[in-house]
Amino acid sequence: MIVPIIRTAMVSLRRDRAALALSFILPITFFTIFAVIFGGRRDTVPKVTVIVVDEDQSQASQQLVRGLQWEGSLVIRTRPASNGGAQSPEYTAATAEAAVKAGDAPVALIVPRGFGENPISFRGDQNGPAIQLLNDSSDPVAPQMVGGLLQKVAMTSMPVVMAEQGTKYADQFVGGFTPEQRTRMDASLERLRQRESENAGTSTGEDAAHDGPSGGGVVAVKARAVVGENKNNPMVSFYAAAIGVMFLLFTASGASGSLLDEADSGTLERVLSSRVTMSSLLAGKLAFNTMLAFSQLVLMFVWAWAVFKLDFFNHVPGFVVMGVCTAFAVGAFGMLLASICRTRAQLGALSTLAILIMSSVGGSMFPRFLMPAGMQKAGLLTINAWAIDGFTKVFWRDEPVSHLWPQVSVLLATGIVLFAIARKIARRWEYA
Amino acid sequence: MVSEPAGAISSSLVPLQIESLVKRFDQVTAVDGISLELRSGECLGLLGPNGAGKSTLIRAIVGRVVPDAGRVAVFGSPAGSNSAREALGWVPQELALYPRLTCKENLETFGRYHGLAGTGLQQAVAWCLEWSSLQDRARDLAKNLSGGMRRRLNMAAGMIHRPQLVLMDEPTVGVDPQSRSRIFEMIEELHGEGTAIIYTTHYMEEAERLCDRIAIVDHGRIIALGTNEELVHNAFASRSQVLARFAGPSDGLAAWVGQRGGRLVDSTAEFSVERPTEIAGLLVDAARAGLDVVDVSLRRPNLESVFLHLTGRELRE
Repeated sequence: MIVPIIRTAMVSLRRDRAALALSFILPITFFTIFAVIFGGRRDTVPKVTVIVVDEDQSQASQQLVRGLQWEGSLVIRTRPASNGGAQSPEYTAATAEAAVKAGDAPVALIVPRGFGENPISFRGDQNGPAIQLLNDSSDPVAPQMVGGLLQKVAMTSMPVVMAEQGTKYADQFVGGFTPEQRTRMDASLERLRQRESENAGTSTGEDAAHDGPSGGGVVAVKARAVVGENKNNPMVSFYAAAIGVMFLLFTASGASGSLLDEADSGTLERVLSSRVTMSSLLAGKLAFNTMLAFSQLVLMFVWAWAVFKLDFFNHVPGFVVMGVCTAFAVGAFGMLLASICRTRAQLGALSTLAILIMSSVGGSMFPRFLMPAGMQKAGLLTINAWAIDGFTKVFWRDEPVSHLWPQVSVLLATGIVLFAIARKIARRWEYA
Repeated sequence: MVSEPAGAISSSLVPLQIESLVKRFDQVTAVDGISLELRSGECLGLLGPNGAGKSTLIRAIVGRVVPDAGRVAVFGSPAGSNSAREALGWVPQELALYPRLTCKENLETFGRYHGLAGTGLQQAVAWCLEWSSLQDRARDLAKNLSGGMRRRLNMAAGMIHRPQLVLMDEPTVGVDPQSRSRIFEMIEELHGEGTAIIYTTHYMEEAERLCDRIAIVDHGRIIALGTNEELVHNAFASRSQVLARFAGPSDGLAAWVGQRGGRLVDSTAEFSVERPTEIAGLLVDAARAGLDVVDVSLRRPNLESVFLHLTGRELRE
């Protein structure tokens, strides 16, 4: 008796393409996405962009910057990307801080004037000014990584400075060198300088990283979060947007499924035999989807305010702008899915597949800055990424509404295009 | 209380005029040159086997099918035009309702879809509830109604804008005799008010009871059109049917029935006779052929006889 039951189930599954997709395509797709993000393929390890401002321009500071540039896991920027061929001026402390606030880079290093006079302090009581590490606290990984690499680079890229400082401390604490010892020390330092100048001309970053001189010592670093430093709960706004958009997509596709129910029950034909046209019907459903999605966002953010102390009421204009645009795009996405599918079961399978993929690539499940560069770019093809970026600008970076124009433009254009496609596909219900 | 019809249609125009309508789906010709005119206040029955083209014809009248040739005019306006939509009410075979809305909400919704508002809408809703005997269920969800009530609500939703022409597609499918009787009364009430009706059904007795004229459709064409009496007379003239059953299978039965001008259907021989006295001759002839007759009946032809005579008895699906 068991065999016929298995056979019946297999035949039914084989003929249910929606169930087949959920059973086999979705797991493989998800596995692939996670493997690419966290699987550690060597060529896809994410690099951290660091803005570096060398105010000191001393030998030590230049060596430090050069050492950082040789680090394979860092992308060092000393000036903004050139705009139309003209080279942009180098970052200053102020513009670097603004760039971090704007989300251009998660970390900026400011090497202050006077750093080269006393760059190393083995006791941690450096007299000179400390390097400033400005960070965006929405990315907790990057400042830790850059801070560690900075110490490593300081030890490997400035051997002469290290030796000089070591000698100075030995002279101070051991009780003074004899003239003969001092002469030999100076000769050794001179040879070190010569070798270093030769290395500067021939070494690659990788060579320097692997073969550079080793030594002991630290540079003083003063870290400061320039974004989110006053936030009560740093990641709440991110997750409110990220999770919110994902569930908005599910809700919108579910609500749009009413179109399929109406087609199935014959109600759609009856409606279309009245004064209601297909365009006005779809527009009405899109308006409903948009209102429903916006209501969900309001609930999500108000909950975040009430329970997690999100600063909601100081960001209402930005929230409304982003909320409406996101809800519109999400609503149109739901309409498109419903118009493509023939049955509720198809809609359930397709929406689950599409939404989970969009949410994982678009940053709803984990922040996009953790992803490889290629995956981060792929995320820009999703509604999630643009919506999350916009809400992050509002709640995290405290940017004005006018700065939301890229996200607003993309979301509105996406909504319009998706709705237009849905309208075209819906012609199949209109006339035979 | 009866509210005024929503559409302002001139009563001098013909409710429905179909000229040489053709509709093909790929290689299949669903409607093959149908011409038809519905008179003012007339109830026209549309009969035909499954797949005969009735549904396509109905959907062409509603404007949901674009014809390959021919034209459909509703009170002079092309099918699907705004004025045609306003003049036309459609009661589909499916229960085309919103199950999570109450009866009243369903009627209000479809009323608004037809452009009704305010007092006019409330009057129309009240009329529909009264017409369908659902006043006391006005606040019940549609999904909680019995099958018969849902059928009546389905009809009421098609009448909310008080159209002058109504298409009813098998409105009594799956209802009990009491509900069917009530539905008949509703239709007769409309008919009595002068509403033109096209009524599709598979129940011959419904067509005989309700319809002024009947059109039999098969293979996309109207193969017979007239009153019940005209159809019977045209098919059988003044002749009656004799049905004879025989004991056991016989090799010569089919040949004998053929020689006598009858036909064998499901082991029953059918003959057409002018006078009942001709039955005696048939019985004598059968005995001579060695056939053992066990049952003989004389029947005046009815609409079902005409339907089966014209469309045959073989299964279509």
